[in-house]
Amino acid sequence: MSFPWAKQYQPTSAVGKWVDERLPLPRFIHGALGPGYPTPKNLNAFYNFGVLAGVALVIQIITGVVLAMHFAADTRVAFDSVEHIMRDVNGGWMIRYMHAVGASFFFGVVYIHIFRGLYYGSYKPPREVLWMLGLVIFLLMMATAFMGYVLVWGQMSFWGAQVITGLFSALPLVGTAIQTWLLGGFSPDNATLNRFFSLHYLLPFVIFGVIILHVWALHIPGSNNPTGVDVKSEADTVPFHPYYTAKDFVGLGVYLIVFSAFVFFMPNSLGEPDNYIPANPLSTPAHIVPEWYFWPFYAILRAFTADFLGVPAKLWGVLAMFASILLLFLLPWLDTSPVRSNNYRPLSRILFWVFVVVALLLGVCGGKPAEEPWVRLSQILTAYYFAHFLIILPIVSKLEKTKPLPGSISEAVLAKYGKGGGAPVAQPAE
Amino acid sequence: MASEVRQATAEDLSAGGERRRDFLYVATAAFAGAGVVPVAWSLVNQMNPSADVLALASIDLDLGAVQPGQAIKASWRGKPVFARHLTPEEIADAKKVDVASLRDPQKLEDRTKPGNEQWLITLGVCTHLGCVPLGAAEGEVRGDYGGYFCPCHGSHYDTAARIRKGPAPKNLEVPPYQFKSPTAVTIG
Repeated sequence: MSFPWAKQYQPTSAVGKWVDERLPLPRFIHGALGPGYPTPKNLNAFYNFGVLAGVALVIQIITGVVLAMHFAADTRVAFDSVEHIMRDVNGGWMIRYMHAVGASFFFGVVYIHIFRGLYYGSYKPPREVLWMLGLVIFLLMMATAFMGYVLVWGQMSFWGAQVITGLFSALPLVGTAIQTWLLGGFSPDNATLNRFFSLHYLLPFVIFGVIILHVWALHIPGSNNPTGVDVKSEADTVPFHPYYTAKDFVGLGVYLIVFSAFVFFMPNSLGEPDNYIPANPLSTPAHIVPEWYFWPFYAILRAFTADFLGVPAKLWGVLAMFASILLLFLLPWLDTSPVRSNNYRPLSRILFWVFVVVALLLGVCGGKPAEEPWVRLSQILTAYYFAHFLIILPIVSKLEKTKPLPGSISEAVLAKYGKGGGAPVAQPAE
Repeated sequence: MASEVRQATAEDLSAGGERRRDFLYVATAAFAGAGVVPVAWSLVNQMNPSADVLALASIDLDLGAVQPGQAIKASWRGKPVFARHLTPEEIADAKKVDVASLRDPQKLEDRTKPGNEQWLITLGVCTHLGCVPLGAAEGEVRGDYGGYFCPCHGSHYDTAARIRKGPAPKNLEVPPYQFKSPTAVTIG
């Protein structure tokens, strides 16, 4: 499961030895995040984001457990209990802002983590299961974030619940029954709020479990790296601790600075002001939008405005939205190029950046009202989104002439930083 | 030496080639399954609407004060209901349309009660994803066809609340209702 040169765990104290023989938990940590995990030595800052996502989840769980001590899942008082947290609970405003901003940051970090994987081909063999587990985590995150947003029971909460459960009503025959089943009624009400609270509390722990599988799957082949070339010898690796623990702490420091800036200086800048209006089942806000991290998918949902092939527009939108994520599960088999990293795939590299722009523009469209030019633009971008994965990538990965790969990670590092012994040599002080 | 009488074991094959153990496996799984399925179903079914949610009262509406061109909103089964007093022009507009050209072909007469054609009573729930369309209250946008407009994803409904443009697949649903008098209606 690890490279043969991985440092073995040697308990030094009698107590350590005693524990190791009974429950080798320290041995497990040593091999997973410690000196016993040899890691490619050329990982750049984008490889921080997996750890940052883990930290973001822990922040969500801790602040969430605290918020649950003061929140009341009843439609008559839910909104007021949130305001109670904001105004009356000692430090409640900070805890809630950390939770709300934390959700946005969790998604931001995970999106960078996903695009890192896309750029460096981290989904390719032998890491397909690792990639798919990541997507499972992403889907669970979306469900958790959506249900958490509903708990506030503001206008966007209520109408978000209406729209998202309404997605299921698009399914033929059973759709309405499924929507009623999800809501526990004919419109979002107390039953909905209570079950969402229950599941919102549960799912983060499920995510935690899948993360353990994700990290397990990571440790079978070890981390990918910016060259995409497999580790060949001990010279290609450094022990995770202290090298990447130190690097990750630097990244964590930067992350927490930016996070704090949002929590303390602009906590509502990422949210919708309409959610500070209590839910009103008889009045839809003029412009229903989800939180920013759902915008690209929301744009795909709304891009289908006409029936075709005998399938109603509504069902097309729903199918396309789900397909846009489920498609990613097939990515390891759609991109057949044996070269992982886009650093050595000149054409794919350009297409990657085009795809990034398309995804960002879809996000812009999803945040706009359903009117021109945004509807037309979403349609074009949605078509490109699917074409990228289903047509362009499979063809390009067959035809592309890739650049020669370095013989090893070490060779690539030396070629970049000179032969003086690896890292750039500091200029001596004058 | 006594003749060896071998005891039958679970590994013995029957004439059909199955072991007794196979039968035990199937019987155990079937017995467990018969227990698990109803329990699992009750765990699923608890999420369906509870008895108090299903105990739906019908509602009475007084339309006496609603002038032509105006509408009122009410709540039925937790969903909004629109009762709209159509003007003669709106009725004429709705009748002018070529029904065959509609996404959900229905005449105004199919959507109102005979003799009370000026009363358009529908659910205020967009058939796309369930938002409340605008157009029932004074001053709200009524969309390109003068009926209702759903702001969520841009569905336009006409003066018979039929879908004309946008992603919604169906006309606004007409709930079951009866006129008790010319200005009193019971929904449900």
